[in-house]
Amino acid sequence: MNAQNLASGSAYFIAKETELPVTTVLSVLVDNEPGVLARVIGLFSGRGYNIESLTVSETEHEQHLSRITIVTRGTPHVLDQIRHQLERIVPVHRVVDLSVRADELGHDKPIQRELALVKVAGLGEHRNEALRLADAFHAKVTDATTEHFIFEITGKGSKIDQFIAIMKPLGLVEICRTGVAAMNRGPLGM
Amino acid sequence: MTAERQDSDSHTSQRREMTGAEMVVQALIDQGVTDIFGYPGGAVLPIYDELFQQDRINHILVRHEQGAGHAAEGYARSTGKVGVMLVTSGPGATNAVTPLQDALMDSIPLVCISGQVPTSLIGSDAFQECDTVGITRPCTKHNWLVKDVNDLARVLHEAFHVAKTGRPGPVLVDVPKDVQFATGMYTPPETAPRTSYNPKVQGDIEAIKQAVALLASAKRPIIYSGGGVVNSGNEASKLLRELVELTNFPITSTLMGLGAYPASGKNWLGMLGMHGTYEANMSMHDCDVMLNVGARFDDRITGRISAFSPNSKKIHIDIDPSSINKSVRVDIPIIGDVANVLEDMVRLLRASSIQPDKKAIGEWWSQIDKWRARKSLSYTRNKDVIMPQYALERLYALTKDHDTYITTEVGQHQMWAAQFYGFEKPNRWMTSGGLGTMGYGLPAALGVQIAHPNSLVIDIAGDASVQMTMQEMSAAVQYEAPIKIFILNNQYMGMVRQWQQLLHGNRLSHSYTEALPDFVKLAEAYGGHGIRCEKPGDLDDAIQEMIDVKKPVLFDCRVANLANCFPMIPSGKAHNEMLLPDEATDEAVANAIDAKGRQLV
Repeated sequence: MNAQNLASGSAYFIAKETELPVTTVLSVLVDNEPGVLARVIGLFSGRGYNIESLTVSETEHEQHLSRITIVTRGTPHVLDQIRHQLERIVPVHRVVDLSVRADELGHDKPIQRELALVKVAGLGEHRNEALRLADAFHAKVTDATTEHFIFEITGKGSKIDQFIAIMKPLGLVEICRTGVAAMNRGPLGM
Repeated sequence: MTAERQDSDSHTSQRREMTGAEMVVQALIDQGVTDIFGYPGGAVLPIYDELFQQDRINHILVRHEQGAGHAAEGYARSTGKVGVMLVTSGPGATNAVTPLQDALMDSIPLVCISGQVPTSLIGSDAFQECDTVGITRPCTKHNWLVKDVNDLARVLHEAFHVAKTGRPGPVLVDVPKDVQFATGMYTPPETAPRTSYNPKVQGDIEAIKQAVALLASAKRPIIYSGGGVVNSGNEASKLLRELVELTNFPITSTLMGLGAYPASGKNWLGMLGMHGTYEANMSMHDCDVMLNVGARFDDRITGRISAFSPNSKKIHIDIDPSSINKSVRVDIPIIGDVANVLEDMVRLLRASSIQPDKKAIGEWWSQIDKWRARKSLSYTRNKDVIMPQYALERLYALTKDHDTYITTEVGQHQMWAAQFYGFEKPNRWMTSGGLGTMGYGLPAALGVQIAHPNSLVIDIAGDASVQMTMQEMSAAVQYEAPIKIFILNNQYMGMVRQWQQLLHGNRLSHSYTEALPDFVKLAEAYGGHGIRCEKPGDLDDAIQEMIDVKKPVLFDCRVANLANCFPMIPSGKAHNEMLLPDEATDEAVANAIDAKGRQLV
């Protein structure tokens, strides 16, 4: 029977994935109603898709619309499926793959920003160094005692990653990140 | 328009105050519902009290909520209407999960109304509480928990709209008991649906033009139709037949699509897929243009994806954009309702200057005839033992001239029924395709019989499946629904055993039922009629008796115990690597699936 497989020119019945996975940002406009977030994340877990970052908040109060921003990773084929599966959810109005849309608009990438609160505790030279570096990163001090700072920093995920890595040896205590907010450049809406 | 709308509403209902429980009944009436299937309990008592005080809605009391769901599915599938089930909170809702998932996978429009504990107790682990909307979220098209009685009417109407439009499916409305008691404003059905839900029914005309050009240039074409044609309605079946007539293309169908094109039609190749005919599968493999009409490239159809119809251009008509390119990449996707798209397609094809190449199609047909001559559904007859295939051939011969509806359970008997029973019309064949729910057929038959009280409704069953929902015999007797349960009894879970023979060295682990009930006595115990048949020579008379009896019947048809279902594409194989009945020796069966295929199933 294996001989038959070879004769037909295909070695395996699970097709090898030839496409490479890419990371993308999806913007999902939904009715702000109970359970809508559960539907979206349930779809990701139920169908085995990845969520690397997720943010959600009401954006248009009068129309009861919320915007969910999801950073996900998969092959272009899988990303296409994710978009279509999301569109099947009844309270979902629109799904836009911001990375694909950026390509269409002739931009490099969508703008992606994240906010983090970073608590650093320490005394002496470490404390001074933390404050100097925070200044270099344009992080704001939002709370402080003689023993700690809470820095507020916004920027691309990679910038926040870097800031956190630097703070680690300087007495890093706690991190809270919002996840990615994203939109495309230019005058056009989503 | 506004005036008209108010007029048409006025003889259904008006905005007025009523209790939540009254709203449920009023909404059902306004949605044109005449029959519902349900089971009472603490959290739905106010609704049952309303049902008691009216006579417009006929309530069928089942014996288990799963039965209510499958009955509603059978009702929906055989009428094209929405099926309705009513269950209580907690166990009532959890028992509804299987039919909800079944309806989701087979795109059956179903509305499930469930009771819930009072809103003040939600989250307190109250008696018969469960997170119904949480549990049913992945097994419904959409669901709602209604916390305010003033939202109830709108939600109920929206539920019907979502269930029956677009790709049909099950929905659930969870109604807490205090909302059923509370008084609020009832609103009649609205015509404007919610803005976020707007399924596309009209296909893109440019894509259809491309498809028509491709079809007209085809030399080895095939039409592969599915359940979407049945769901789309009678017009879709009519147009499909017209398309086949116009082009003389061969046509095959999935399990769910049987009947959309008549089995007696001259272009019919039989069902395709794992237990499809040789000619259907070979034609799929070798075609140059494939037209998929309302099917979804299910894994039971495609076999090994990498070897699926490797040299064809593929056109795919589907109402659900997520079905496009899900497992098989297609060349021309057309998103829309089958009836709308086929209408455009037939019209453009008639007007087209390029017409299908008659000579090439003629050659294609002579190739198909060679495959057909392989007689892939043949089996060895036996004069002492009833072969299951023979039983179905006789059942078909003796019932085809009646107004017959067929349901099935799941397993070998289901595949034999699909192979040997010929369907001439859509909506005549009710089976659990996607989920493969053993126990579907008996309650589904009850639902079909309620919708068609004067028709002959037969559940082609297996001895194992039928015991999963046997209790609904009692409901059938109560409602004088003369369903005929035709059990192909081989004392095995035949399909399980067949796979054990294929995959697990013939070690028949727990697939043999050592103790079976006496089905004749069981029928009598329920108040139905029992028949046993053991000899091929007695079969016709016994089937005739079954048809003539005006009562629910359990027909214990003792068939050859070890018969297996062929032809078969073993898992992990391609369409042109079928195991045919005359080649299916014990050795071939044992070696049919290699180690890689064993992981698939």
